Amino acid sequence: MSASKNAQTNTPTNTKTNALGPGGHDNAAARRDILARISEALRLPAPPPHGGGHAAGADAGGRSALAILPVEAARPFLPDGGDSPDASLAILAANLEKLRAVFFRVPDLSAAADCLFAQARERDWQRVAWHAHPLVESVLAGVPCSTHRVDVPGEAFDKDALEACDAGLTACECLVAQTGSILVSSETCGGRALSILPHAHVVIAMAEQVVPTLADALASIRSEHDGQLPSMLSFITGPSRTGDIERILVLGAHGPKELIVILVG
Amino acid sequence: MIAPTPGHPALASQAATDPRLAKKQFLRDAAESVRDTGHRAFVRKALGGYYTNRDAQKSRYGDWEQARDAASLAKWSAVNHLDEMLPRFVANFEAQGGVVHWARNADEARTIILALLRDAEARAVIKSKCMTSEEIHLNQALEADGYGVVESDLGEFIQQLRGEPPYHFVFPCMHVRRDEISDLFEQHLGTAPTDSPEELTMIARRHMRRLYVEADVGVTGANFLVAETGQISITENEGNARLTAALPRIHIAISGIEKVVERLDDLAVLLPMLATAGAGQQMTCYNTLYAGPKRAGECDGPEEMHLVLLDNARTAILADPEQRDSLHCIRCGACLNVCPIFKNVGGFTYGTTYQGPIGSVITPHLRGLADWNHLSGASSLCGACTDACPVRIDIHTHLLHNRRNAARTSPGRLEKLGHRFFGLVARRPWLFALGGWLFRRTLPLAKALRPPPLSAWLATRDLPPAPQESFRAAWKRRR
Amino acid sequence: MSRFAASMNVSLFIPCFVDQLAPRVGLAVATVLERLGHTVEFRPAQTCCGQPAFNSGYWDEARTVARHALDVFAGAGAVVGPSGSCVAMLRVFYPQLFAGMPEETAALDLAGRTFEFSEFLVKKLGVTDVGARFPHRVTYHDGCHGLRELRVRDEPRALLRAVRDLELVECDEAESCCGFGGLFAVKFPMVSTAMAEVKAGSLARTECDYIVSSDPSCQLQLDGWLSKNDKRPRTIHLAEVLAGTEGFR
Repeated sequence: MSASKNAQTNTPTNTKTNALGPGGHDNAAARRDILARISEALRLPAPPPHGGGHAAGADAGGRSALAILPVEAARPFLPDGGDSPDASLAILAANLEKLRAVFFRVPDLSAAADCLFAQARERDWQRVAWHAHPLVESVLAGVPCSTHRVDVPGEAFDKDALEACDAGLTACECLVAQTGSILVSSETCGGRALSILPHAHVVIAMAEQVVPTLADALASIRSEHDGQLPSMLSFITGPSRTGDIERILVLGAHGPKELIVILVG
Repeated sequence: MIAPTPGHPALASQAATDPRLAKKQFLRDAAESVRDTGHRAFVRKALGGYYTNRDAQKSRYGDWEQARDAASLAKWSAVNHLDEMLPRFVANFEAQGGVVHWARNADEARTIILALLRDAEARAVIKSKCMTSEEIHLNQALEADGYGVVESDLGEFIQQLRGEPPYHFVFPCMHVRRDEISDLFEQHLGTAPTDSPEELTMIARRHMRRLYVEADVGVTGANFLVAETGQISITENEGNARLTAALPRIHIAISGIEKVVERLDDLAVLLPMLATAGAGQQMTCYNTLYAGPKRAGECDGPEEMHLVLLDNARTAILADPEQRDSLHCIRCGACLNVCPIFKNVGGFTYGTTYQGPIGSVITPHLRGLADWNHLSGASSLCGACTDACPVRIDIHTHLLHNRRNAARTSPGRLEKLGHRFFGLVARRPWLFALGGWLFRRTLPLAKALRPPPLSAWLATRDLPPAPQESFRAAWKRRR
Repeated sequence: MSRFAASMNVSLFIPCFVDQLAPRVGLAVATVLERLGHTVEFRPAQTCCGQPAFNSGYWDEARTVARHALDVFAGAGAVVGPSGSCVAMLRVFYPQLFAGMPEETAALDLAGRTFEFSEFLVKKLGVTDVGARFPHRVTYHDGCHGLRELRVRDEPRALLRAVRDLELVECDEAESCCGFGGLFAVKFPMVSTAMAEVKAGSLARTECDYIVSSDPSCQLQLDGWLSKNDKRPRTIHLAEVLAGTEGFR
């Protein structure tokens, strides 16, 4: 649990003691009141929703059907994620293309490094940020310009240095075929800002990291990080975008304008 | 209404002093909005692409209706076990270093946040889109206390510069033309005029980047609170929420208590459906799960993470089993996108934070039935909203329930009498037939005199001439 | 002319303003059903279904009217009406209105034998071709109650496609509300009118000769706006198309 001198009155024990919280606000009393109101409100049952019988396994008793469905249960009513690794790869590629991400499949790490080199050259990158990870380090040699490592042990994180980088190079947790998403975590992918601040985001991953569906990805979070979740996990689905101006699609609103995925194997 | 003027209920943080002020304002604003045919056409055009994209995404689902069942069940389960799920979420969140603050109402929420900023000696606050923060009128409070707040979401930023609340909860500036945005940026940021949406976006992007780096507090909302893992989930397209929760030293998230889901796995259904129904996308660009502040071993991230949980009359809705499911709302905005009322009167006419069909259902609960029931009345009950809702909230039926509740507690005296009288007549077929005959005979005169409510019809529509005989008379003659 | 069902006893459900303002529609329904060999009765004690009070939230007053309707149609065979909104009132909303009350059984019973005209023809009688001819280009307007409460969408179209020399085209906003909404039309007239304008615009863009509707209240709204704004086309009820009677105005 992180601590800072400003957080003394705001530690999680706030609700257990009688100490008043920020602004003299009686947090414990507010918590009691709200939970009491919730309990009181729920004394009257509400009927399960329309069509509650359609969802697989729903029982008329009303208790959540999803609570009794095994997590890995197939959900054929959601979009397809592929029923084989090849099928999943094809769906992933199609989705990444639709999302205007740039996607490369390369046979090995050396080819990956070459690919990265070409991309960096083509875009005239001056500085690429990266984090310590076997996959990242193995293609780093392909970067023709200077680099900046964000997670040097003992060094404070340098926001300004990262902001000045043209691209961020990261690994990922997995790639989701169903939606064309890439799952990154603050623990294994260089923190929170590396994959969102620079203008371009390059992901280096192995083909075995492709999973069919979001459910698979979410399940992997539970199993990979059981006991200690990373403080941030993010599904990245294409380059940053906005439709706020007359509903016209523009890429690169605040996050990376370019998302480049290099898949090895 | 195109833009709210100072003093407009949309901007007010107190309840209306004149109980019918909100309704009168609504009627005035609606009349003005529908007169502006250019504005209406612009909004309709803006939403045109949504239908196409949404239908294309829906067709990728194996069974969209079954998906709605699953989503509906996931939210029903969480909300109906909120007494268990909310504490479970809080315990898991706190175990990972997050700090939870409980706010019974908007006032407490503002007090908490202001105090957090004071304790942190904050100077600059950056925000990502959060309808709950609109509900508690946070920005006004922060600015009154001297904090510089910048909305980082492009649409919200534009609205902030215009001094307007969001027009729609997913598309905050859908009513604004690009030339207006160009003028706005020229005026406030000193940039050169342009009519390119891309250039305008880049202007905002460049402006924002320094602010992310310099802000010491980032404020976000939350789309879901995952009980099983103690994570909050934030859905967005631009990346501004990710930056808001990555770079500043302190992260404050604000969420209604009803945003809970039981399991992480529920998001496998809810995240894509939120994107499809709300924006016609398969997934939004960034769907991020936060489990507390930066961990040991992580190279960046906020040192503190606070979550303000807001009740603000949600427990009152929870206590109404008939309308409890309106708390299932995932704020996708689909109901607004399909509502013919919304498309014709626009987001500001509602005069309150939550617009459109779901807004018309919950606002009477949040702000008072007598004052705000007119929102539930301003609907033809067409049901397009209910059809569009990914979590199957029976929205249009709840509008009817609000009307019934209002008729019970604060009936219109004249209207009640009118319905009573009609009931009296309708039970007596001979009287009904006589009344009908009289109606047909006097219709030409009535058309000339135009008494209310006939006047409301005849102002813009004709009535057909009365037929010589009624059906019952014709039938009798036929036999 | 196909006739799959044996002769049925049909009790006409004539909404109050079909009775007073558009009797031709009721007569057309009777004509079609009799042409198909069924016995049609009209119980003159019927008056109104109670929807205006119900939609305004005055449910006690609505119940007064609804109880009368329950009495009128007690023991009747199939109750068939040419209005999606009024049939929805009987079938969908009466059970809600009388939930937990002594009349609930009667309400559920009535709901089980009440049909909208087009769904009765297609689903109950198994008929799509009623021997009609209507040599015009038409488009169909889906009334919201029929569409969303009764799930009637394909039946009117199937019937129209079987009409000789009729050309059916879809408008780009077939499922958009016309803006009537009962008393909404006079309580929020400017919004109601704007909705009529949008819908009428979409319907007119099909360049049809007639707008076909299964709901006389929608007809009132659309014709009201079209006439006021001096525009063609005008509406015609589905029953009139099928009866081969063309209502001119």
